[in-house]
Amino acid sequence: MKNLVILGAGTAGTMMANHLVSKLTKKEWTITIVDQYKTHYYQPGFLFLPFDIYTEKQVKKEGKKFIPKGVNYIQKKIDRILPEENKINLEDDILDYDVLIIATGSKTAPDEVEGMLGDNWYKSIFDFYTYEGALALRNKLREWEGGKLVIHITEMPIKCPVAPLEFAFLADSYFKKKGIRDKVEITYVTPLSGAFTKEKCSKSLGYLLKEKNINLEIDFAIERVDNDNNKIIDYADKAIDFDLLVTVPTNMGDEVIERSGLGDDLNFVPTHHNTLQSLAHENIFVIGDATNVPASKAGSVAHFQAETLTDNILLYVEGKPLKEEFDGHANCFIETGDNKALLIDFNYEQEPVEGTFPFAGIGPLRLLKESVFNHWGKLAFRWIYWNMLLKGIPIPFVSRNMSIKGKNID
Amino acid sequence: MKKVIAQTEIDVNEEGYLTDFSQWTKEIGTEIANEHNIEMTDSHWQVVDWIQNKVNEGVALSIRGIKKSGVIDIKQFYALFPGGPLKVSTKIAGVPKPKSCI
Repeated sequence: MKNLVILGAGTAGTMMANHLVSKLTKKEWTITIVDQYKTHYYQPGFLFLPFDIYTEKQVKKEGKKFIPKGVNYIQKKIDRILPEENKINLEDDILDYDVLIIATGSKTAPDEVEGMLGDNWYKSIFDFYTYEGALALRNKLREWEGGKLVIHITEMPIKCPVAPLEFAFLADSYFKKKGIRDKVEITYVTPLSGAFTKEKCSKSLGYLLKEKNINLEIDFAIERVDNDNNKIIDYADKAIDFDLLVTVPTNMGDEVIERSGLGDDLNFVPTHHNTLQSLAHENIFVIGDATNVPASKAGSVAHFQAETLTDNILLYVEGKPLKEEFDGHANCFIETGDNKALLIDFNYEQEPVEGTFPFAGIGPLRLLKESVFNHWGKLAFRWIYWNMLLKGIPIPFVSRNMSIKGKNID
Repeated sequence: MKKVIAQTEIDVNEEGYLTDFSQWTKEIGTEIANEHNIEMTDSHWQVVDWIQNKVNEGVALSIRGIKKSGVIDIKQFYALFPGGPLKVSTKIAGVPKPKSCI
């Protein structure tokens, strides 16, 4: 018998288990998936939790439900990967593998910035990239009476790069609905050179911040949080005051990657951009947020990667050359507040442009334009996630590689 | 679009970033720096060199990367390239500025 081991039962790992269980023959292969946590979170829901749009129940389920029969599910901590011996040390066990899939994701590391994890953490400083953070922020927002709200990105790359912007838009709607928008000053702070960094997006969407009266601070690389004076301060000594700071801390790969010596500066695993094979070890493959590929860290990306990676695992075990197929395809709804949303569809090469999706000239979804229909799409996506995406069921009319049909490309 | 700089015609995008690195020369870098009121010194060129190597290796540029580069610390980086050091230094180096997905 041969062993295929998947580390991590999040979005990417769960999808791989579902894809491979029917494709690798049971006589030859044992598939094992390892994850220490019992709960599977619908992470896109963390954006809605603080605004009381989703409840706790809507964003979490028991992970076991989504692991198919025929896959061995181990709930233990992973100590380290020993790539030279093809072994994995678990907290009290050792696993051998012939093929390894790393799907250990990325997580927030607020301790990377001086003072962030200080006395005001979850009092006036919050993240919304964790369940705990999103929930604590919801409770804070329910009673907050206004002041300076600062939404801040520490450094790139981050999971779902548009989420902080969506947070700003939804905050504008939330306070309007509450009747206290005039008491809240919203400022969006980014280390990049703009809220929108790509030409077409910046042209099509530049109006959004002005329309919603959101201030913008660019090129802000945070050095520290001043907890005594409620300020964030950057390396150029620029200071920004806040009453409520919603920050996206540094995102890093799991510590197990660092312990195993498999990662870069941020514990992301160097991975071939198109095959998803690790650059250092031919029997190790990497998927989702754990890779260092320059695609967005998002569920849709993991979904498209999973289709290519499934084919490549099968090619690899048959000793055939891998397909250099994955193109960085991402497909993301972006909430713009007031029950509207945008849709973007792009890849490594092609920046988001206007057009229709998935059918050229018809839609029904509009690319890079606000619409109510796109907002329904975003809300419907939660059902698609739990019922189709995790189970590895293809989404109708949406192919793994980006299509240029329906896109307005110069 | 085209732009003439240091007596050479080059291709740039709307923000003035080179779209074809093969057209880059030190003279072009020096002139772009001048447009930003920066007088290039050895320290500036060390940073530009480091940036070009990283881009060549396919590594995403970040402030953290600068911190770990061993070439310069972040305070110095801000002092050398005032007003958004990554944005300015990448333009001088003839490589794309760091971007997000939109």
